[in-house]
Amino acid sequence: MTGINKDWRNDIYVVFKDLNITMVSHVPDAGHTPLINLCEKDNEIDVVTLTTEQDGVGLSCGAYAGGRKSALLMQSSGVGNCINALALPNICRIPFLTIVSMRGEWGEFIPWQVPMGLGTPKVLEAMDIKVFRADYKDEVGSTVDAAARFAFNTNRSAAVLLSQKMIGAKQFKNG
Amino acid sequence: MIDRRPFVQKILKNRKDNLRVVSGIGTSTWDIMSAGDNKGNFGFIGAMGQSIPFALGLAKSQPNLRILLFTGDGDTLMSLGSMATVANHPVNNLTIVVLDNESYVETGSQPTATAGKSNLELIAKGSGISNSYTVTNENDYEKIINTIYDEEGPSLIVVKCQAKATPLVFPHSFDGSVSINRFMSSIKS
Repeated sequence: MTGINKDWRNDIYVVFKDLNITMVSHVPDAGHTPLINLCEKDNEIDVVTLTTEQDGVGLSCGAYAGGRKSALLMQSSGVGNCINALALPNICRIPFLTIVSMRGEWGEFIPWQVPMGLGTPKVLEAMDIKVFRADYKDEVGSTVDAAARFAFNTNRSAAVLLSQKMIGAKQFKNG
Repeated sequence: MIDRRPFVQKILKNRKDNLRVVSGIGTSTWDIMSAGDNKGNFGFIGAMGQSIPFALGLAKSQPNLRILLFTGDGDTLMSLGSMATVANHPVNNLTIVVLDNESYVETGSQPTATAGKSNLELIAKGSGISNSYTVTNENDYEKIINTIYDEEGPSLIVVKCQAKATPLVFPHSFDGSVSINRFMSSIKS
């Protein structure tokens, strides 16, 4: 699980390629941008920009019904948008993988990010999603690999939370 | 105003082997099941708002099949942004038929936004789905069949329907895993 450019986003991309994940949907987040760029350069991966994260749940399930594996990338604020949609992979036992960049937990500048940041793991667990977490760059690849195998081998939903400590908390300056 | 049940049945009569049919939560699922059991059907019975993105993912994965989604105005209104996603990540094999009865019939016929000032054909066009039209005549089912099999999608057709309760016609199973695996077996074969 070593990346070409030593960046942990590349390690996620390597997992996508290893496991033949060919559709990646997202509502963008700065933490995911290098990964989204890698996927967009790859002609074998369809990148779908969503208007709301919940649509990525249905999109992933439809893609799976048609024989393709996919992943949904989102920020923690998007997890709340997905709650009822997560019933779909659950009741149909469709493998569902999401990778969540965390906000509101480590050196956060924006107070508005805190409520959903605090709620994210609880909400996912409340919906029977297996939650994995990566706090350090060198464990991202193996964690995403484990979560993806959990999802696709056991026909369940899995989420990887990428910690804000690792991604880096953005500090805003006024003016 | 069209009587939706026989209208859906006419569209699905003599369906071709390359057609797969998805339906959104509620009456649309009972409608397609009333046309006869078929492994190539997958009906939502929950997850409101998810049928359009599901149909898009399916259409992207199976470009050699024709994908037809029947859904209602309530389901469509819950995820209007999905129309923009369909328009901007287009698939030429997807037809969305919105059975628009302007009301939430199953919950007591409360009016939806389309009973007021909202127009789903215009929303679809504004979202970028240029092949979008409305039908109000029972005889227009042949035009819809032509769109489903022969026109370049994505297409969105609004069918103005009577707001009346119709008999519930249950699918093969209420268990989602049974339903999806049966549906997927129709794609593998």
